[in-house]
Amino acid sequence: MSILLDPTSERIPAERARPPRLASLEGQTIGLLDIVKGRGDIFLDQLELRLAERGASIKRYSKPTFTKPAPIDLRHEIAETCDAVVEALAD
Amino acid sequence: MSQTPPATSVSSILEKPPLPSGVVAFVKRDCPTCELVAPILAKLRKELGALDEPVALTVFTQDDPEFPAGSDRVDDTDLTVSWHHEIEAVPTLVRVKDGHEVDRALGWHRGEWEALTGISGLGEGLPELRPGCGSLSVDPSRAPELAIRFSGSKLQARRVEVASLEDEQEAFFDRGWTDGLPIVPPTEGRVLSMLGGTTRSPGEVVAIVPPDLVPCTVEKVAINAVMAGCKPEYLPVILTALEAACTDEFNIHGLLATTMSAGPVLVVNGPIRNRIGMNSGKNVFGQGNRANSTIGRALQLVIRNVGGGRPGEVDRATLGNPGKVGFCFAEDEEGSPWTPLSSSFGHDAGTDTVMLFPGEGPRTLVDQIAREPEPLVQSFAAALRSMLTPKMVLAFDVIVVVSPEHSRIFREAGWSREDLLGKLHEATLMNGDDLVRGALGIAEGFPDSIRGKQVPKFKPGGIYLVHAGGGAGLFSAIIPGWANGEMGSAAVCKEIQP
Repeated sequence: MSILLDPTSERIPAERARPPRLASLEGQTIGLLDIVKGRGDIFLDQLELRLAERGASIKRYSKPTFTKPAPIDLRHEIAETCDAVVEALAD
Repeated sequence: MSQTPPATSVSSILEKPPLPSGVVAFVKRDCPTCELVAPILAKLRKELGALDEPVALTVFTQDDPEFPAGSDRVDDTDLTVSWHHEIEAVPTLVRVKDGHEVDRALGWHRGEWEALTGISGLGEGLPELRPGCGSLSVDPSRAPELAIRFSGSKLQARRVEVASLEDEQEAFFDRGWTDGLPIVPPTEGRVLSMLGGTTRSPGEVVAIVPPDLVPCTVEKVAINAVMAGCKPEYLPVILTALEAACTDEFNIHGLLATTMSAGPVLVVNGPIRNRIGMNSGKNVFGQGNRANSTIGRALQLVIRNVGGGRPGEVDRATLGNPGKVGFCFAEDEEGSPWTPLSSSFGHDAGTDTVMLFPGEGPRTLVDQIAREPEPLVQSFAAALRSMLTPKMVLAFDVIVVVSPEHSRIFREAGWSREDLLGKLHEATLMNGDDLVRGALGIAEGFPDSIRGKQVPKFKPGGIYLVHAGGGAGLFSAIIPGWANGEMGSAAVCKEIQP
């Protein structure tokens, strides 16, 4: 038997349950987060129209750059303000 | 002749055992100088014992408990006493008073031995001095094992037991801990040896490593450096490279996650290049040099194993490039007509640095005809304008690697680094008419508003010059970058700390 050293972080990822799905969009606040890749805005514009038709109120957000994780303040604001969020990738 | 006392044994302990008062010698039979001084030790024992206030002579013997005859020998074949008292050579003579070392002599040196013992007329007929041999307690093949045994391991990493019938390589492949190539199994001894390459303590946090944002210790870097095949003297380069990679400017998270092909490219400057045997000459991007081949790999293994950045998961590269296994090389400063690359970042020449650049594989630039700098610049510029696509401007930086046969042309014309950079920026100005969508038959491009304007291919400071390569061949190379600046990643050059 040989003894070797673990090269990893030895972390055990935290597991959190997903929040329940929204029963309806009526009266809900939906965040639309643009990661600012090309044409993400076109996709989100269409999504905003469709969601508004179903009674949702929309808040638009964008990341400073798609190459970095969203800043913690932005994530916090979305979590505090919105009932659900759609993050748009595009190219 | 007096009866030789029996050799006694010292038990293995973690605490430093005290030395007996008087004169203490450390020897081994497998050392010609120890053989030479054996009769002197016998004479010393007699004369020290015959003093008005007798002084004891104790001999610790490292390899043969029967050696040397005629002395008060203590068996130190497990090297406990030698290791704890940091004996580096044999014979070593130590003077001990009230339990404290007050003097030490290495090898045979008549004057030092006589001063230390107070006995004159030692070793008649022998040379004045003769160096000894290495102590077994510092023998490279045994030192790591001894360090574990006598210092008690301070390493924190979880121990992974691999059964004797299990293949260590397969065990690591199965756990997802390799980059697809075999690794050097990280035993405690190898990791301790690796840690000897830095003055930093194993528990010090080097950086917060994306994507899992894990505080990564020197010890975890050392484990991955062993796996990559590094030598201990490479460790400071790897630690500094990791610090540079994990800055907000370099943004290793984005570089890892991108669908584009780039990965971290490391360029080393300063005397450390030669100290650790890096290649800056022939086949500089190729195989065959241990430091070049393993330093970049160690960084990527840390990102994978500690940061959790694995291909197909957070690493979303469409194509990637072979350099993502590890891409590291050194600048040829000695043959360069210019100041080193690191000077572009404000470091003085002669400073050990590593630059991290978000780059992909090198592309060769061929010009075997130009003998004047201007046509050679045009040749370089034609290739640079087409980098990624001729429609892409300002968003990507580049390393231009100039080889000796090309740099000679600039040297003979008296062009400085700044001269060449200025000409390259000028020669890579793009015509806005060619950049609009549909121009040149290419759908990619900019809105019509760019028509009639001159647009630089590279932002100011976006071209980095490195001198490297073999002495024959009128070829240079470009290493295309990735999304630059605050939008993506900026090259970072840090001084290497020991």
